[in-house]
Amino acid sequence: MTPSVKDRVIRILAEQAVLQPGDVLAEHALGDLGIDSMGLVEAIFAIEEEFDVEVPFNANAPEDSGFDVSSVASIVGAVEGLIAARAA
Amino acid sequence: MKRVAITGAGTINALGHSVGETHAAMAQGRCGIGPLQMRDLDRLQAQIGAQVQGYREEDHWSRQQITLYDRFTQFALIAAQQALTQSGVVIEGELADRAGVILGTSGGGLSTQDENFRIVYEEGKNRVHPFVVPRLMANAAASHVSMTHGLRGPSYAVSTACASSNHAMGQAFQMVRTGAAPVMLTGGSEAMLCFGGLKAWEGLRVMSRDACRPFCATRNGMVQGEGAAVFVFEEWDHAQVRGADILAEVAGFAMTSDASDIVMPSQDGAARAMAGALRDAGIAPEAVDYVNAHGTATTANDRTESAAIAQVFTDHAARLMVSSTKAMHGHIIGGTGAVELLACIMALRDGVVAPTIGYQQPDPECPLDVVPNDARDARVDVALSNAFAFGGLNAVLALRRA
Repeated sequence: MTPSVKDRVIRILAEQAVLQPGDVLAEHALGDLGIDSMGLVEAIFAIEEEFDVEVPFNANAPEDSGFDVSSVASIVGAVEGLIAARAA
Repeated sequence: MKRVAITGAGTINALGHSVGETHAAMAQGRCGIGPLQMRDLDRLQAQIGAQVQGYREEDHWSRQQITLYDRFTQFALIAAQQALTQSGVVIEGELADRAGVILGTSGGGLSTQDENFRIVYEEGKNRVHPFVVPRLMANAAASHVSMTHGLRGPSYAVSTACASSNHAMGQAFQMVRTGAAPVMLTGGSEAMLCFGGLKAWEGLRVMSRDACRPFCATRNGMVQGEGAAVFVFEEWDHAQVRGADILAEVAGFAMTSDASDIVMPSQDGAARAMAGALRDAGIAPEAVDYVNAHGTATTANDRTESAAIAQVFTDHAARLMVSSTKAMHGHIIGGTGAVELLACIMALRDGVVAPTIGYQQPDPECPLDVVPNDARDARVDVALSNAFAFGGLNAVLALRRA
């Protein structure tokens, strides 16, 4: 069975945070995981590579990026949205 | 004006992963040049180089560090750590606020550029890793040394092609000498042995396909190397008060510009730099025992450098030992002056003058005692280290036995 988008995103974030995937919860904010702004940029790069999507993220204006990075769940949702948009 | 002591040295280059290994190789006249190991080698005309052997980045760095450290940064960090360890100077408090690091490099993170150009041009991908810029920038090595060791004073990179590290060390010398900084880390680092880096040099038609034979009648060009050397330059009194072992004294420095041609060297520019360094040190030409030559093994450099030495030293030129250690460690471009300073320190401290290896036949245009093929035991009180860069930028350091 192919891992879900959620599992794949969590694996990327866990690797960035040097945690086990099981320790990364949907409600966690990136700060809770110890992922700083550069870590976020690396994680976004990994997400783009993993899912073959373009993440519309500007580190200078995260809130205006159309890619909600406020929690693990919001990132998973945003990635699912990008995959759906690409398929459409 | 303060006197300037060298209290620590570190290196990684094709001759070894430490100063001890490098000095042993220089004393043995061992050659670090061999067949290159790299991608697309069959598309290069010159397939030899002085690569650092037995180095695996994962043995030294975490995955996260590797994403940030180009090979030239890794080399600089290794050399800086060794130099600080030997020096024993503790970087903290007010000293940390004033101490800094000045490193030479010509290509900076050239391997990072090369890899990522491949990704976007050859492989057609539209995305590169987020840290390409902080990896490739020329000041990356200096910045990471500063960050790793808490050096919070003046830090920057100097890029003057083959003279980069001599210019960098000259700047650090002047900072310590004038009291601007009590301690400076300085030297240079280069890691250009990637396909694009070598292909660019190939275009100039100055690369040898068999060996680097400086000052030899049969010389046919330069061979590239890679690596770094970093030193701790310290105010003499500061070093003495804490009981540091002083490796050598940096006594003088001069830099000149040919202001003539972008690649052809000038006798006058080189001579003015050597004479200027001696004047700055208050040392008479007759007092010099050893010159670590720029000695690239190109036709033009070695002939011009020989003429410049004759101009500066007149009759004394015949009694002077002049060797080019590039025949062993290759031309390390922006790091070469730093690795070559190790040969000067070995001469001053250990009384062993590194040879010019691969020497087959005298060239009447280079009538020097090049210490051919075998190292020589000799008392050396004063040594010069020459670097003459493309672009006509010359930088010479004068060192005195401590």
